[in-house]
Amino acid sequence: MKQLMTGNEAVARGAWEAGVRVVSAYPGTPSTEITENAARYAEIYAEWSPNEKVALEVGIGASVAGGRALTAMKHVGVNVAADPLFTVAYTGVTGGLVLVSADDPGMHSSQNEQDNRHFGRAAKIPVLEPSDSQEAKDFTVAAFSLSEEYDTPVMLRITTRVAHSRSLVELGPRSERPLPPYVKDARKYVMIPAYARPRHAAVEARLTALRELAETTPLNRVEWGDKSVGIVTGGIAYQYVKETQPGASVLKLGLAFPLPRRKITEFAHSVERLYVAEELEDFWEGYLRAWGLPVRGKEIFPWTGELQPETVASALAAETDRPSSPPAPRPAAAADPPARPPVLCPGCPHRGLFYVLSKMRLTVAGDIGCYTLGCLEPLNALDTTICMGASIGAAIGMEKTRGPEFAQKLVAVIGDSTFIHSGITGLIDAVYNKTQTTLLILDNRTTGMTGHQDNPVTGRTLQGEKYREIDLTQLCRAVGVDRVTTVDPFDLKLMEQTLRAELAAAEPSVIIARRKCALIDREAARPPLAVDRDKCTGCFRCMRLGCPCLSRQEKKAVIAGQCVGCGLCSQVCVPGAIVSAGEAGETL
Amino acid sequence: MNNILIAGVGGQGTILAGRILAAVILEAGYDLKVSELHGMAQRGGSVVTQARWGERVFSPIVARGEADVILAFEKLEALRWLPWLRPGGQMLVNDQRIDPMPVVTGAAAYPEDIPALLMAADAAVTVCDGYALARRSGSPKAVNMVLLGLLSRHLEFPAAAWEDAIRQAGPEKYLPANLAAFRLGSAEQ
Repeated sequence: MKQLMTGNEAVARGAWEAGVRVVSAYPGTPSTEITENAARYAEIYAEWSPNEKVALEVGIGASVAGGRALTAMKHVGVNVAADPLFTVAYTGVTGGLVLVSADDPGMHSSQNEQDNRHFGRAAKIPVLEPSDSQEAKDFTVAAFSLSEEYDTPVMLRITTRVAHSRSLVELGPRSERPLPPYVKDARKYVMIPAYARPRHAAVEARLTALRELAETTPLNRVEWGDKSVGIVTGGIAYQYVKETQPGASVLKLGLAFPLPRRKITEFAHSVERLYVAEELEDFWEGYLRAWGLPVRGKEIFPWTGELQPETVASALAAETDRPSSPPAPRPAAAADPPARPPVLCPGCPHRGLFYVLSKMRLTVAGDIGCYTLGCLEPLNALDTTICMGASIGAAIGMEKTRGPEFAQKLVAVIGDSTFIHSGITGLIDAVYNKTQTTLLILDNRTTGMTGHQDNPVTGRTLQGEKYREIDLTQLCRAVGVDRVTTVDPFDLKLMEQTLRAELAAAEPSVIIARRKCALIDREAARPPLAVDRDKCTGCFRCMRLGCPCLSRQEKKAVIAGQCVGCGLCSQVCVPGAIVSAGEAGETL
Repeated sequence: MNNILIAGVGGQGTILAGRILAAVILEAGYDLKVSELHGMAQRGGSVVTQARWGERVFSPIVARGEADVILAFEKLEALRWLPWLRPGGQMLVNDQRIDPMPVVTGAAAYPEDIPALLMAADAAVTVCDGYALARRSGSPKAVNMVLLGLLSRHLEFPAAAWEDAIRQAGPEKYLPANLAAFRLGSAEQ
């Protein structure tokens, strides 16, 4: 019986079928649902780790202990996990170990679009790349066999389109794998120089063996067609090639690294014109060029963004006599319609805070989460966003460059989950190196942006079991911050007062802005508000909040949509025109 | 090959509509791929579900100029996705306006008379007041079911298949309201 599954559901299913015991991850789009789905299988222990480095280390421990383990993260998460990755590449595995890197070409929800096939090559481990959900499941199972057979961690690289598209998957049973007896093997797993040197030699020998495997594995296959055009491709690009170039000869690389040189060379010599169709980097094309093969790739395909079927079609149509199969796009009826960027939700606790920061004209070092949306108009409240946890270090660097006076108008802003992920070390630096950093921890009791995962601050596990909450106040005090206060971000006046006091302090301080995310706070729903049209003067101060419920109508503000009665607009309304819907005498 | 886009604004219920459509297509025995980007689904951004079905489907996304039907839950989103409609394709538009933030802040204007703009581009346009119909069915929140009903008129699948899929998609207590809304939408000219 086939089932419609996303790539992420299929990876989780593949892990289950492969007998995996441990799945560890830090949430990150587009990888999050792998772990959420894995947690539904009773045979799998699944956890949210505090960050990707810990997640991979948990996976490594499980493997050393003899169990199969899968660790999942988004592409930039691999940067965080790179330290253990490059050394587990030396130690190899006992139980199979698979690292899923979910890349985000097009940056649907990411700060960059790095191509993590480079990581596989740099760590000298095999990289598998599925093209749909069936392959996502099959390649996950295959990755575990490969991992154990070649004594190597394996990277399964997926992209947003594969992770979040649904296609049909044939389900299989779980193969139970009894734990082998635990055997201590320090020469394999203790990477002191004397033991690591022979392991490096083993890595090189392994890579040579994997290159041979690449020549024969069914993961790489030639689909012969018309030999006037041959296309080397893989991942989602394979689907666009098959869709738009029916009949062309295709070499599909399911093993994205290392490459089968003889197979590719033979294919190249069998076709008249040779192309490489790959998303983002010229990862494969570079090898073909180095081997002296007459290939065209990035001359016709973009370096940036997601491929689309029409980009593949038009690039190849311009090169060949083959008609481009989809018709040319029709011009839109009007000029570009206004964009619809995502916004902070109605009732979002971040909104009022950014309103205050914007009003006070502070320099704000930002971080990664829903609150990154505070950078958009009209709040326009962020100066920087680099990576998870970067806000505090960036604020320290700014202060050390421009001095204490500048620091009195400077704050770092970070979410609760991001603070646990990699903000704590920044805060330690702020104390240790004598700064006057003002840090705002936006504690909304969840990991919001990725869809409400629990984290150490909520004290609930991935399975929803309540255990110990990490107390942010105690944690900040423990690293040496004496000035720690907690404020409700809906109280705009108090927030502004607190900010003024803490910015003036010549030592590090932390303000915890604590209020539950509006999407999980069911108790907080209040009656919706409305504008009393007689009182509204049309000053539109309320519009500076960036609330999606507010809009302009005949020079007055109106409230429509999903108002949850958070009351921020009535706090900022000078004539007091915003009242509860009943009092305004309006029906909504 | 059949290609459909369901476009809307995060929070409007496009994802559930896409799931029901997928169940109906699968029941008919086709190969199917559905692509949806839901990272921003609850953040009020543009969202789209793309469904492609036939004997064998490769690409999970619809190319520009290829969609047979676009079901737009909001007027501006209809305009945004218009270039994806194939010549002769059907544009089904819910007569609802949701101002995006650039319009709220005054940085951009919401285009006037979108149905006219769509028709000027030679699209077969059907405008439906989904909210009014949903209210009439007794369930103002079931706009997505009304719109699915409208969509069902333009596809080959039997009404029973749609209603089965709706039965399996949601909680029992909303079922009568959802079915009533769907039926009203499917009767809409």
